[in-house]
Amino acid sequence: MTSPGPTAAAALRAGTPVRVVARGLGVRHASRRAWALQGIDLVVEPGERVLVTGGSGAGKSTLLAALAGILDPEGVEVIGELTVGGRPPRQARGQVGLLAQDPDSQLVMTRAGDDVAFGLENGGVPAEHIWPRVDQALAAVGFRYGRDRSTQALSGGEKQRLVLAGVLVRRPGLLLLDEPTAQLDRPGAELVRSAVARTTADRNTTVVVVDHDAGPWLPLVDRVVELTPEGITELGAGWTPARRAAGLRLPDAPGGPKLLAAEAAGFAYRGTTTAALGATDLTLSGGRALAVTGPNGTGKSTLALLLAGLRAPTIGRIEAADELAAGARGGRRPDRWRAGDLVGRIGTVFQNPEQQFLTGRLRDELALGPLRSGSHATAAHATAEELLERLGLTAYADANPYTLSGGQQRRLSVATALATSPRVLVLDEPTFGQDAQTWRELVTLLAERRAAGCAVVVVTHDADLVSALADEQHELQPVGSAP
Amino acid sequence: MTASLALGPAPDVTLGRINPVAQLSALIIVTVVLLTSLDVVTPAVLVAAELTLLPAAGLHRPGALWRRTWPLLAGALSVGVVNTALSTHPSVISGAGLGLRVIGLALPGVLLVASTDPVRLADALTLHWHVPTRFAYGALAALRLAPLLVAEYESIRLARRTRGVEAGRNPLARVRLLGGIGFALLVGAVRRASRLATAMDARGFDSGIPRTNARGSRLHPRDAVFVAGSVVVCAAAVGLSILLGAWAPVFVG
Amino acid sequence: MADPAVRPSSDATEPVAAGTRWRTVDIVVTAVLGVAFGVVFWAWNLAFGPLSAPLAFLAPLVGILNGVYLMPAVVAGLLVRKPGAAIFASTLAAAVSLLFGSPYGGIIIVYGLVQGVGGELGFLLTRYRSFGWGTAILAGVTAGLSTSILDNSLYYSDLSFLGFKLPYTVFTVISSVLLAGIVGLLLVRAMARTGALSSFAAGRTRV
Repeated sequence: MTSPGPTAAAALRAGTPVRVVARGLGVRHASRRAWALQGIDLVVEPGERVLVTGGSGAGKSTLLAALAGILDPEGVEVIGELTVGGRPPRQARGQVGLLAQDPDSQLVMTRAGDDVAFGLENGGVPAEHIWPRVDQALAAVGFRYGRDRSTQALSGGEKQRLVLAGVLVRRPGLLLLDEPTAQLDRPGAELVRSAVARTTADRNTTVVVVDHDAGPWLPLVDRVVELTPEGITELGAGWTPARRAAGLRLPDAPGGPKLLAAEAAGFAYRGTTTAALGATDLTLSGGRALAVTGPNGTGKSTLALLLAGLRAPTIGRIEAADELAAGARGGRRPDRWRAGDLVGRIGTVFQNPEQQFLTGRLRDELALGPLRSGSHATAAHATAEELLERLGLTAYADANPYTLSGGQQRRLSVATALATSPRVLVLDEPTFGQDAQTWRELVTLLAERRAAGCAVVVVTHDADLVSALADEQHELQPVGSAP
Repeated sequence: MTASLALGPAPDVTLGRINPVAQLSALIIVTVVLLTSLDVVTPAVLVAAELTLLPAAGLHRPGALWRRTWPLLAGALSVGVVNTALSTHPSVISGAGLGLRVIGLALPGVLLVASTDPVRLADALTLHWHVPTRFAYGALAALRLAPLLVAEYESIRLARRTRGVEAGRNPLARVRLLGGIGFALLVGAVRRASRLATAMDARGFDSGIPRTNARGSRLHPRDAVFVAGSVVVCAAAVGLSILLGAWAPVFVG
Repeated sequence: MADPAVRPSSDATEPVAAGTRWRTVDIVVTAVLGVAFGVVFWAWNLAFGPLSAPLAFLAPLVGILNGVYLMPAVVAGLLVRKPGAAIFASTLAAAVSLLFGSPYGGIIIVYGLVQGVGGELGFLLTRYRSFGWGTAILAGVTAGLSTSILDNSLYYSDLSFLGFKLPYTVFTVISSVLLAGIVGLLLVRAMARTGALSSFAAGRTRV
């Protein structure tokens, strides 16, 4: 049921592709002095598929928002010319479809069929025409379940496919994709990309994809352009993105004593029969990096929580070596330690960095950890300054953490975990949303910590990270499958 | 606890075949009658009638029922006792009447929630009572975010622990922590809602074109019968109360 | 540092009405405030609900617990700043607490409506032009008054005016001003600082 009939995809696409023209486009947010976009010249022919790539913060999302006509007229200043299908974007909104990163912020209804029908209801389509088109759209993207499937009971990739169905059912002439696979694991990202490829194969929609991770999109697009502070640069045919780890020289892993061990540790939520994490054995040693990999649903994040002392295993044990546990009340089990003790020994970075923010300023955010684990104020602030500098966040020292971009927030999150110089680092997807340059900076930072004797654990889908940094890899299998 | 927070489709119960607006109409009628009667007979009759509908709403297992209603019973008891003791004309009968009134006011709500789901309710309200569609479906979209917020609570609590912030024993620290988590949840909710609004606009929500409804909402004769039935029961309750000389409407004395 | 916002480009051909038309983001954010507070109510009712009536035994001091119910109305009005925001958020909060299992019945919706209207009145009295401390406190007062009048006529009708009803009203209004008015405005300002309110006037100016 995953590959739709060609007729389903064809029947869906009866829209007319539109032409996109930008000349000298510039956009500035009301609250900033610098221009988010400047001197943008871009022409996309009807039915063409273009990838817009570039570093984080280059303004890719702003460009898409401008094309989609969703820039707040009261909050931005726009100069230059921008037309979609010959009309200003705000008037052309009915012909434009947008797919953004977070599926939970795009799904409107609780049932799959209802969500796809949403766009048609908005367009005043009579009820009797709606459901056939909904079924076509679901088939065209390869949605595996029926109309009554609860939208919450879907994986990330399935959710994004559903959103795509809901967008395409309106037959837009222009399809805009804003890093749609950024929050998905590899199988999920594949699902979404193949659905996009299938449904746009007949050229009845113009497609503009924005993604800093250009590689996987190359087979699906006709042209690649790069967005830089100077404007748009055409990247010729045959361009391939530089490997992120190219030429990266990292300090060696010195190895060291055992610091933390999981002994047949597993976890099941109270009241459920299937385990979230099957019995796992792991050892973390200072000066070495371990990568935990595996498909979604195998309990990678749960394992991270156990190692970080945030949850107690329901079977087996997590035990800290004397060297790590010394001075902490609560013995050898990290989940028993007081938060103040934990922070100085195990640093954790969550998948969603926003959940860890506590203060209103970056500087305070970085000083908080050291203060909580007992450092004096001056020492804490000095550490904070140094980390800000290292991660290129000095310009934002007084900004509110919530106002940073996703990639910057993740760097901040890593910095706050490092601020207390813990011996063990547990990081859940630290390289999400990082462009090539910040990726290299992060990986170098982690390698330096490793060289200083820290035990580093990363839970990740990022194969480049694993090959660049990991000394060992632990692949989790789905619970209940043969080892 | 999480069962009641899962906002999926309601189970297929008998009462669910009655259109939500019919149920709402009955609820309003009963509410008006109860609000205006201060005696004991009227609420007693109405509560008895409402209790007979419980099985039709799928609420026949005592365990499930107790879980949904224990605070209600505790509250009704309190109201009864307080009014009996502190009233200017203390009387156990009138106290019991007021306690029963609390139950009588609450049960129709319990029945409604157990037998319908928010999407059906929104459809019925917009199609039959002409509630503005943008508000109804905007509210529905926000409602979908609710279980996500509840799930985030735990994540944020753990995230705080990784930053060295924890409640411990101190009640003041507890309150501060809850406040901090609550604030983070609220900010997350508002941001999500803003992004959701953008996505909805991108799918034409704001276009000004009159919305159609893919699911529809149909009224059947049984809905009229249901509403008529509730009127009859209310009349019977009031009638019986008058006959027994107990009726004490709120606008007299 | 910030340049004055907006010279709208030639794109914006639709006249944007001076802030009285409800945009989608206004609707969804107001609704989410209602939903968030509805969850808070449900939890609060579980904790304090059965206690409130026996507490009334001790004193009309129980009115001091009421402030939280008036928060959605005032917070929504201060954040979204559109006419009707207080009513919409408050009613929805009541409906959501009902949906999640607060067992006080359909009457809760009436409460939500009345409390919303009470809050709305405060904003109406300042003509929807001012959203600072004065209006926040005023809306807290009007909301508190509305709910105590309803409580007094519905649940405490038999009790004495000077002995119960009046002090109850006073405590409710105090609680409302503190929680809905003062904490409410602080909440909105704190949210503005996180940048979450960038689509709203509340996030751009310091009125």
